[in-house]
Amino acid sequence: MEEKNFICTACPMGCKLIVRMEGEEVVKVLGHRCRRGETYGRQEATAPQRMVASTVKVLGGLHPLLPVYTKGSIPKRRIGDVLSAIRAVEVKAPIKAEDVIIPNVIGTGVDVIASRDMPEKE
Amino acid sequence: MLIKDIYDVVVIGAGPSGLAAAIEAKKAGARDVLVIERDVELGGILLQCIHNGFGLQTFKEDLPGPEYAQRYINEARAIGVEFLLDTMVMDVTPQKRLFLSSQQYGYFALDARAIVLAMGCRERTRAQVRIPGMRPNGVYTAGTAQRWVNVEGYMPGKNFVILGSGDIGMIMARRLTFEGAKVSRVLEIQSYLSGLSRNYVQCLQDWDIPLQLQHTIKRVIGKNRVEAIESVAVDERWNFIPGTEEIVPCDTLLLSVGLIPENELSKKAGVLLDPVTGGPFVDERFQTNVPGIFAAGNVVHVYDLVDYVSIAGDTAGMNAAKYALTESQSEVDYIPVKAGRNVRYVVPHKLDRRALQRGDVQLQLRVTKPIEEDVWLEVRDENKSIVRRSERYARPGEMVTILLKPSMADAVREAISLTVDVYPKAEA
Repeated sequence: MEEKNFICTACPMGCKLIVRMEGEEVVKVLGHRCRRGETYGRQEATAPQRMVASTVKVLGGLHPLLPVYTKGSIPKRRIGDVLSAIRAVEVKAPIKAEDVIIPNVIGTGVDVIASRDMPEKE
Repeated sequence: MLIKDIYDVVVIGAGPSGLAAAIEAKKAGARDVLVIERDVELGGILLQCIHNGFGLQTFKEDLPGPEYAQRYINEARAIGVEFLLDTMVMDVTPQKRLFLSSQQYGYFALDARAIVLAMGCRERTRAQVRIPGMRPNGVYTAGTAQRWVNVEGYMPGKNFVILGSGDIGMIMARRLTFEGAKVSRVLEIQSYLSGLSRNYVQCLQDWDIPLQLQHTIKRVIGKNRVEAIESVAVDERWNFIPGTEEIVPCDTLLLSVGLIPENELSKKAGVLLDPVTGGPFVDERFQTNVPGIFAAGNVVHVYDLVDYVSIAGDTAGMNAAKYALTESQSEVDYIPVKAGRNVRYVVPHKLDRRALQRGDVQLQLRVTKPIEEDVWLEVRDENKSIVRRSERYARPGEMVTILLKPSMADAVREAISLTVDVYPKAEA
């Protein structure tokens, strides 16, 4: 039996998790204090997910950059591809918070959306 | 915009505590609430914190900083809070007159029935941690780099070393990696992480950025631009350990070595500061020693999570409105709240003897050292225990809270003082 160690990030507590594995199968999660911790341990041991936040170029805005983020988690191994897709985009002010900037980014089923309003430069 | 001579509540700073305070002041019946902000827009430092992790408590959602701020900005606008942007508060008097300066309106004054100080905090700089060596370009605080990379669109370097394991430093390590830079290592002088563990996981571990505990910088090398740093291991007393030096090439050094509440204005207003927190002494309403002047958020003490900053803003704003509407306050008999075993400080510093008759009071504290085993958090009056609860651990990087409830009102009313201890259960 293999043991994987993680620090849970489901909440700020940061429980130290031990995930017992039998091959690719999770046998038991230890060290969690809530159900979210157990879910996190299982997920992290088998298919880790992350949210991604970055910026895109914005034309005519109060600032030259618009902060954006993935509306949900994407597979950790695809972060690089998501960042490349974000880097290729340029938008025009004005923008509203939660406007969709890239729908279904690289086929993950998750939208990249604006993190704030971006008014036009006066 | 028409600027009035007097406002019920004036809030200084439009970051998370200021916005929350303004909204709650308005909800509590303050007729006019003015927020004064030196930047050209609302939101404060949240605007440069583009990473997610905000709002898990407040909104039960995982939001980036700007989106968290946006929700408060929208609500403040909708509820009729007034704003003065691009305006510096130059002076505040104990009589609650504010002197302001802006390009649009020049130098002018206005009065407030109540004030909420919400200026936040500043980063500790190289001068404050005394890093030896040369003085080249390329040494910046992590938050400055964050503003450049996330808001203004500049990369401050290509090859980074980060000193200090504060949250902003770790978050910038990931952010710079995303933007194609190399972050070769993070050095931390303490034997433990100073930021949150989730940031260690997602910002350093995920990207194979080494964290070297009990390491610091012996000197900075480079004439015009940083060329390298010399790292060194330290003992428990932070003495350099000879023979452990290592030259680490880099072109930029970021500092994430702590935050200090920003209270230059508070001092002008006659507000007394706690030398431990660097922020005002406050009671459970977040009122300072100056009647009608309240303080909330990182200006009081440095929080770990913005959600708690907003809650502090709520409390300060509501009480500021109450003060403004009655313009007086009955005599308050205070009980001192003290930091006991393993506790660095406790906020609030004092408690109205009758506070618990009105509702819960949350004590917020930081411990002096990590305790990685089951602990008791205990509030006592001299030797008499009032309440205790358990935690699995206590760490300096994470704020600890303990709630006093109305059911404890009798014990608290009779108390000489309240002392908070945090100690391993094994020592109980």
